[in-house]
Amino acid sequence: MSYVRLKIAVMAMAFSTAAALAGHAENAAIRNCNWCHGGSGQGYTPAPRLAGQRPQYVATQLMNFSSHARDNPFSKMYMWGAAANLSRQTVHDLAAYYSTLFPRAANDGDRDLVAEGRAIYQEGMPDSNIVACVVCHAPNAEGVRGIPRLGGLAYSYLKRRLEQWGEGYHAAAGPPMPDIAGKLSQNQIEALASYLSFVK
Amino acid sequence: MNKVVTGGIQAKLSYCKDCHGPSAQGYDGYFPIPRLAGQQTEYLENQLRAFIEHRRTNNIMFNVAHALSPGMIAALAADFRALDPKPIGGAPTRFVALGRTIFQDGVPDANVAACAACHGPEATGSGPIPRLAGQLYPYLIKELVNWGKERGQNPAKPDTSAIMSPVAHSLTRSQIEAVAAYVSYLK
Repeated sequence: MSYVRLKIAVMAMAFSTAAALAGHAENAAIRNCNWCHGGSGQGYTPAPRLAGQRPQYVATQLMNFSSHARDNPFSKMYMWGAAANLSRQTVHDLAAYYSTLFPRAANDGDRDLVAEGRAIYQEGMPDSNIVACVVCHAPNAEGVRGIPRLGGLAYSYLKRRLEQWGEGYHAAAGPPMPDIAGKLSQNQIEALASYLSFVK
Repeated sequence: MNKVVTGGIQAKLSYCKDCHGPSAQGYDGYFPIPRLAGQQTEYLENQLRAFIEHRRTNNIMFNVAHALSPGMIAALAADFRALDPKPIGGAPTRFVALGRTIFQDGVPDANVAACAACHGPEATGSGPIPRLAGQLYPYLIKELVNWGKERGQNPAKPDTSAIMSPVAHSLTRSQIEAVAAYVSYLK
């Protein structure tokens, strides 16, 4: 009798562990993203931080990777494959999940360029036909709806994105960004990327 | 990597379109950026001058307008007048019918004249009176709600914005939202 009870107890423990593992398997999509984007979605060069990103923006980018509309080199090398087989529901769920994570600022820009970057971001440079980023990306670079949060993203990521529009790559972000970024000088790009990397 | 900024009117127009949209249809960014397409030239020129003279308050447009010469102002207004994209839409539709009634008949109990009387039955405006057809829903609400805080800021130099003050004051928030929704869908 006690032997049967022992067997039941052991089986109960084994099944409860199996159930927990099965629960982990449902999070496979997130684990796959975290390989490159970091355990709490904070990013790991060259993969950008996803934590706290606007869900509509993340979802649109995943669709753009899948359709190859976004064609810069790292996107092609890594994200085209990663996004190739995502269902609409998974895209929605991933975007929602990452938007709930708390974003940590990268703080890795050049501190000497922050003031210049802030001026470009908040006021623009009308004499050079450069718009103020704040109008779309919000006063604390937090974005809104499909417009991404830029605050606290890594310096190298922001710099690369701004350079690539000027080089003719398509981010499928919508009309203004290639035109805007194409007008920025190298110094202005570095200033903006520096400023934004520190914004919480 | 730098696009050559050739200066002149084309570069300036492209710069305006960076915010106001590739066909100047407007854009709902963090701040709502109004439609300029099809706008009355006299109204647009008046607004740009109001920004330059700080009679109309908007920190972004202060900076933008200061870089414009009078010749540029006239040329830009003419360029925008000629554009005719579809309205971007997106406003809630449940109060559009109420908005149409307010637009066409006014609100007699509140002494508010019919908008159509000045802005035209199709809301296309005329002379210094702006086109409202196809304007952004959140922009229209913001303007009507903030009229006195944003326009006519120099009491020593009153301008045409004074005409709208009593209207903006007398409309309730719901009425503003209804009429904004209605005109935002007009082509």
